[in-house]
Amino acid sequence: MSRTCPLLTVQPSRGLVDEKFVITVKHLPPKQEVTLYSLHECENGNFWEAFGHYVSDPQGAVSGTDDASVGGTYEGIEPMGLLWSMRPVPGSKPGLRLRKKNVQTPVVVQIFVYMGHLNQGFREQVALACSPVERWYMAPGVQRVDVTDPLVRGTLFLPPGPGPFPAILDMWGIGGGLVEYRSALLASHGFVSMTLEYHSVKKVKADIHLLHFEKAFRILQEHPLVASECVALLGLSYGCYISLYMAVHSEVAKPRCCVCINGSHVKSTKTAFAPALEFFKQNMSKMHIDKENCVIWKDILLPISSDLDTKLDVRKIKCPLLFVNGLDDQSLPAAESAEDMHMMMEKAGNSHLLTVLSYPKTGHLIEPPYSPHCHASIFFLDSSLYMMMLWGGQSKPHADAQEQSWRKILEFLQQHLYYGKDSAPLSRL
Amino acid sequence: MSRIRPLLTVQPCRGLVDEKFQISVKYLPPKQEVTLHSLLQSEDNNYWEAFGYYVSDAKGAVKVAEDASVGGTYEGIEAMGLLWSMRPEPGSKPGLRLRKENVESPVVVQISVYKGHLSQGFRKQVALACSTVERWYMAPGVQRVDVTDPEVRGTLFLPPGPGPFPAVLDIWGGSGGLVEYRSALLASHGFASMTLEYMPYEGRKSDVNMAYFEKAFGFLQEHFLVDSKSVALLGLSFGCNVCLSMAVYSEVVQPKCCVCISGTHLYPVKSSTLSVLKELEKQTHKIHVDEKNRTIMKGILLPVPTDPNLKTEVGKIKCPLLFIIGLDDENWPVAESMEDMQKMMEEAGNSHLLTALSYPGAGHLIEIPYTPHCRTSRYISPQHGKKMTLLWGGRTKPHADAQEHSWGEIIEFLQKHLYSGMDPEPLSRM
Repeated sequence: MSRTCPLLTVQPSRGLVDEKFVITVKHLPPKQEVTLYSLHECENGNFWEAFGHYVSDPQGAVSGTDDASVGGTYEGIEPMGLLWSMRPVPGSKPGLRLRKKNVQTPVVVQIFVYMGHLNQGFREQVALACSPVERWYMAPGVQRVDVTDPLVRGTLFLPPGPGPFPAILDMWGIGGGLVEYRSALLASHGFVSMTLEYHSVKKVKADIHLLHFEKAFRILQEHPLVASECVALLGLSYGCYISLYMAVHSEVAKPRCCVCINGSHVKSTKTAFAPALEFFKQNMSKMHIDKENCVIWKDILLPISSDLDTKLDVRKIKCPLLFVNGLDDQSLPAAESAEDMHMMMEKAGNSHLLTVLSYPKTGHLIEPPYSPHCHASIFFLDSSLYMMMLWGGQSKPHADAQEQSWRKILEFLQQHLYYGKDSAPLSRL
Repeated sequence: MSRIRPLLTVQPCRGLVDEKFQISVKYLPPKQEVTLHSLLQSEDNNYWEAFGYYVSDAKGAVKVAEDASVGGTYEGIEAMGLLWSMRPEPGSKPGLRLRKENVESPVVVQISVYKGHLSQGFRKQVALACSTVERWYMAPGVQRVDVTDPEVRGTLFLPPGPGPFPAVLDIWGGSGGLVEYRSALLASHGFASMTLEYMPYEGRKSDVNMAYFEKAFGFLQEHFLVDSKSVALLGLSFGCNVCLSMAVYSEVVQPKCCVCISGTHLYPVKSSTLSVLKELEKQTHKIHVDEKNRTIMKGILLPVPTDPNLKTEVGKIKCPLLFIIGLDDENWPVAESMEDMQKMMEEAGNSHLLTALSYPGAGHLIEIPYTPHCRTSRYISPQHGKKMTLLWGGRTKPHADAQEHSWGEIIEFLQKHLYSGMDPEPLSRM
């Protein structure tokens, strides 16, 4: 007698990357050991996977939202574990990092159900059931626009609608090139967002100058769909330094608020911005190598001096500032910087503007929710010089930090960029 | 100083057509009158719209799932009102019916917020905010396959995965053509589903008989991804005549279960469909055209005949049967038929197989949830090409509720009878 397969459903089957889904399996035999497995082929052709071990209930059902995984790449009740705990499949090159380049197509993840509690060899088995899931950075109606100003290289994402919208200048760290997915997702949440390419491995000799960023800020402010007084800065890693620099020094780019993720106010050189390669070459002696041959950069900026010449004068900041840091950040001394900034601002009387969110066992690369935690990866300083960079963090706490911080970041941006009953006027307005 | 616009969110922004969404608006001024508006452009280039009147709360927010609409095309707390209460824009051709032909692309709906309580001229106003929503019949991974068997014309939709899957033979009614969306959605729920073309359409005259439907059923059963013992029949309108006749008279078709929507057991299809249609034509004098020139068909089958040859012998049905009717159906005498069927099955001793669901205020075209209620539409009779405006019946709100409730019941019924059956045999067979 033949038998139909169990019924696997994932809802929604097409979601934004920061939306939760509900995975259920029905019509299994009762008390059946099964493995829920996820598989993704990234744009570079590498495969990423995650899996959880479950046991069906007396009705033959498994619920990813209500049942606990008892083994695998994640444990416990983790509705999104099949995404955030993904890692490269065994045999992959070391040092991979999962980043979507083309944001106009979805991330496609295949979800499988296998009989028994498996730990390997998934692709040689026949699954009981499978279902693809689409995860999108861009909501329907969001537009992607290349920024064609000769001084500014970037991409603009526009929400659907007549506007005007609040806007965000979105800055990543050094060496990443033009990274679009966070801006695409911000636009899906109602913000015009521009991501900048200010430092690429191909152009290390080019100077990074305040003018570039002020121009970018102005392009955003003057866009017909942007409310010019509602432009924020958002930075990760070195992008934080740029954001803080503008908030402190710029006469023309006055952000409504700032979000900094794992950055520092400590200057890396005496000049405003310096090519990273030169700076780090000069400080090689302060780098550590751990027993897995991964490079740790955080001590380069430590200890934080009390000499005001060595850091940005955050006492001059006039806008609300959200500072997110991972306490296991091995790349930058984000936690120490947060503490020092708070001390400086308290003495100056503007610490009410600062909100610090610190996440234990969380590393440097705090990304949008449910993307896999990257503990270490190959990092290119220029086209020929690369190293295995230790970012830090442990899988589960880092995943929780990504989920919680993203929600707080969106709340913070919405609170300060939209008029609302409770928002107090900013001092500069 | 410019004022930022309010923030409109719809979640999920990409959903299946039978999934609920949540619409909320934030950062309005408090106690602000606003209109929420939906707009879609159909494949035949007509515009459909709906709207609801809201007042923001003290924090300047509107939540459609929690707040009541106080006017518009729907009223009260109706999370999905902006979809099911849609109707053609003023000035559209009369008699339109909204049906998706290309199921591989989504239905795209614009949701907008307007200041004040407006009832017209939306497209000339500037909205405060808007958002685009996609509604899909096909889940990712569902495959659409043209059925190229020379003797069977249809489209097969397969769920993703290794199978084997339970299957549904999906049979529409007298309007004819090849209608794919319901099968596409059934596949998104885990059923291999085949929709059939069998009625003469647009002047093409062809006859099909029971053998045609048996071939179609066999095709489905023998498909390598289908569990041959788990195939159901689903019919709407005339499609129910076909389903019930197959269940009772066919010696080769043994459906695991049957779903009949807006159907009747009268006028069985024992041999050819054309011969049944010819029989019905003899009764056309009983068709009533009302004062608005709308054709009410149901008289054709009334009164319920006493001649047993004119009734499918439902007392011989051996499988579970879900029978769904709208009590305001003006097209077929579904209530009278249901009553007669129940009597026949009680006398035969198989009435425990029947689950009857009747919906007050619902009309004939009980379709997928959240699709607009169609009370009347232009109809071209497949046999003669004669044009008329048919009254299908139903009132918008109860019909919408019926679509939502009945679809849930249909999916549950199909899953219960096609998926379950806890097999006590060893697991190694999996």
